[in-house]
Amino acid sequence: MATKNWPLWEVFVRSKNGLEHRHFGSLHAADAEMALENARDVYTRRNEGVSIWVVESKHITASNPEHNGELFEPAQDKVYRHPTFYDLPDEVKHM
Amino acid sequence: MSEEQIKNLEAQFEARIARDEKIEAKDWMPEKYRQTHIRQMSQHAHSEIVGMLPEGNWITRAPSLRRKVALLAKVQDEAGHGLYLYSACETLGISRDELYDQLHSGKAKYSSIFNYPTVTWADMGAIGWLVDGAAIINQVPLCNTSYGPYARAMVRVCKEESFHQRQGYEIMIKLANGTPEQKEMAQDALNRWWWPSLMMLGPTDAESIHTEQSMKWKLKRKSNDELRQQFIDQTVPQADLIGLTIPDPDLKWNEEKGSYDFGEINWDEFWQVVKGHGPCNKERMNARVGAWERGEWVRDAAMAYAEKQQQKKEKQVV
Repeated sequence: MATKNWPLWEVFVRSKNGLEHRHFGSLHAADAEMALENARDVYTRRNEGVSIWVVESKHITASNPEHNGELFEPAQDKVYRHPTFYDLPDEVKHM
Repeated sequence: MSEEQIKNLEAQFEARIARDEKIEAKDWMPEKYRQTHIRQMSQHAHSEIVGMLPEGNWITRAPSLRRKVALLAKVQDEAGHGLYLYSACETLGISRDELYDQLHSGKAKYSSIFNYPTVTWADMGAIGWLVDGAAIINQVPLCNTSYGPYARAMVRVCKEESFHQRQGYEIMIKLANGTPEQKEMAQDALNRWWWPSLMMLGPTDAESIHTEQSMKWKLKRKSNDELRQQFIDQTVPQADLIGLTIPDPDLKWNEEKGSYDFGEINWDEFWQVVKGHGPCNKERMNARVGAWERGEWVRDAAMAYAEKQQQKKEKQVV
């Protein structure tokens, strides 16, 4: 039988309840169940997590850094989206 | 892209690194940066994987349960470190299979230190104390290297590594304070591992071909000779403390420079081992390649099972 390589999976771990899952790295596994089990052994040997997500890497669509200008620069000149843009009298202590 | 454009991109790229910005996988990078990183990261991963072999030799013969669980955990960490590094390396567009192939064909190198045999239990102590000690000195600066995936993997590796050195030193303490035979065993292990550990920090600065470029890319923050001096200065007092003698008659504290002077390193031996003529090069490669080949049917079966399960699921949906 021709060898088929195990696909690549991305691993996301929630380190404790109340925090979001964070990308931890990737690994190879034949299926989702094995990816979970491997992720446990590779990324949580010292209680680093209480929950694991795995997703096959090919299902992730990533933005291209070459398009960072058109994607992210438009937000740069929109200072009015930040509270510091607005003038307040000194008497107003908290707002 | 024209040569002019590439030059421009390269200049911007170098400026980003100089500003301490991290480079991420999909960012434009010079081909040389990519290749250098693939080489260094994969060598590093291979070293972790081959590094399991000399210690695996002693798991079944550890003298107590305490030592056995610690050694098992250490070897498992090394597998983990290899896997973090392989996956970080794959972000540069090389496949795991190609990486394994480079190791198995001898095209890629791994750390020469693992081509020495582990003949007594004291070697587990010496490896943890000296080899992991030298590795930590090499690795800590890499937590700040310019390539994001590598830096992140190294942060995790370094966090886990310090237990490795402590468990090794603890083994040495116990033996050094034991019977005369045990102490002799510890001293013998130190005698055999000391010089290879110094070589592990790489050729002298004058001989090192990669240093300058690697400094610029923050793949290196200190030169090999500086790292070696740091290792010696921190390790000698640890040997003194447990009554073991560093096997170097020229070793002497130099008050003026505030560090130790040490004897000539046998670089011929180093290059011999690098070129494949160390005591265990063949044995290590046979063990590694053998494990990979004998595991092939398992990998194939797992894949076949996964595909079958997938088809079943798809049928149910229909």
